[in-house]
Amino acid sequence: MTADVRAPALPAERTRSARGDRPRRSPGPRRWRRAVTPVLIVVLWEGAARLGILPPEKLSPPSDVLSVGLRLTLDGTLGLHLLHSLLRAFVGLAVGGVLGLALGALAGLIRLGDDLVDPTVQMARMLPHLGLVPLLLIWVGIGEPLKISLVALGAFFPIYLNTYTGIRGIDERLVEAARTCGLSAAARVRHVVLPGALPSLFLGVRLAFGAGWLSLVVGEQVNAETGIGFLMMEARDFSQTDVVVLGLLIYALLGMLSDFGLRVAERRALAWRQGLQAS
Amino acid sequence: MAARAAGELTTGLADPVVTATRILRAFGDQTVLDGVDLRIGRGEVVALLGGSGSGKSTLLRILAGLDSGATGEVSTRGRTGVVFQEHRLLPWKRVTDNIALGLRGSDVPGRTAAALAEVGLADRGRAWPAELSGGQAQRVALARALVREPDILLLDEPFAALDALNRLRMQALFGRLRAEHGFAALLVTHDVDEALLLADRTLVLEDGRIVEDTAVTLPHPRAADHPGFGDLRRNLLTRLRVPTSPDES
Repeated sequence: MTADVRAPALPAERTRSARGDRPRRSPGPRRWRRAVTPVLIVVLWEGAARLGILPPEKLSPPSDVLSVGLRLTLDGTLGLHLLHSLLRAFVGLAVGGVLGLALGALAGLIRLGDDLVDPTVQMARMLPHLGLVPLLLIWVGIGEPLKISLVALGAFFPIYLNTYTGIRGIDERLVEAARTCGLSAAARVRHVVLPGALPSLFLGVRLAFGAGWLSLVVGEQVNAETGIGFLMMEARDFSQTDVVVLGLLIYALLGMLSDFGLRVAERRALAWRQGLQAS
Repeated sequence: MAARAAGELTTGLADPVVTATRILRAFGDQTVLDGVDLRIGRGEVVALLGGSGSGKSTLLRILAGLDSGATGEVSTRGRTGVVFQEHRLLPWKRVTDNIALGLRGSDVPGRTAAALAEVGLADRGRAWPAELSGGQAQRVALARALVREPDILLLDEPFAALDALNRLRMQALFGRLRAEHGFAALLVTHDVDEALLLADRTLVLEDGRIVEDTAVTLPHPRAADHPGFGDLRRNLLTRLRVPTSPDES
């Protein structure tokens, strides 16, 4: 006789409705609640300054910072310095990013490249790149190359490391499946390896921006004649605390804006992950 | 071997799409395949059974050209399609683009849409693989193999990860597609019923060799309660060293 060894029927295809049914709190009230603390800090800061608890030469009140920001914007000073800072950041990130991407891909894709490149980069990574300033001063002097190489060094390592691990982390079974679809090695890189490494690469770029801004802050405080960092150092010499705070604020805004932009780009480029994360 | 002769009559083994001779494969000092000979005729569905670790999947990977560490000769004629146990769809490509992956020739969108319709998912082309259920994803994987119009389809436990109802649906779908397209197939499975429902011939792999080669001459459409099915099933289970009634264990 033919006893049916199969398990009793299970529910049919698992439907996705389960996660749609989950009650989701609307983000509106929460978003406002999250703004409470920062607003409170600014209010307390301003209040403390007005009441004379906070001496203005130690920390200028927000209103002074805003007005000096407006004044420097109107006379064009701020725009010029900001432009120079942005140019340095852009060139440095581009140089470091392209090098990191190229070497990371070389080491990730080709065994020979891995052997020749990766151990060296892993060792160099242990050097604190901001500690290289004295050496860089000897090598490239005090001009623009110093600032750009500092930013490039800061950007290089996160991009290299995340390109490398992104490529290494690709599911080999997907590469195999692509092979059975008749994809050549180059087509497999294009359709499987690069898109698969993209999430990791985005993380690398975000870290690179963080490291890049940090390098820029340090670089611009070493004998610069333009840039936000120079503006701050000059203001320190004249005890203009409001300009120093303004500079800090601009650095913070630059970091926030770049991170926001990258997150938007990431959400667009990695739309396929949204379903993945929800399921 | 009367069974084998019958098999050769019903399926043109004179015109094989796959010929593998003296396949040897060892991992370290453990021999997994120890001289396997295999021929699959045009349009013939062959089920390959065996206990876990018997080398079924290894043999399929060798035939698919995914294992370069084997010795022996493999020749396949015509196009090959592969379906794995996991769907292996690229998560960053929509369903349509997954099916069209590496597809050349004319009217790729039309052929892709037709393949998707054949597996009953005509309206899911824009979906991401992560949005599909397990059964749907495996259908897409089947469509990705079918759209290449394979002469030989290699399937590595393609329905094993599905729940029981979906497995039955997929088996029925496979039977229908095979009747329509007439591709040959090597179906690696551990499910004796599945092998007997779908295959023209069953092979049993044990200790790295094919120890049993039986034609399944039951008429289509088959069902587990057809006369003759029980005998074949009992024979196969015995060959796989599985007790056929609870008393024997």
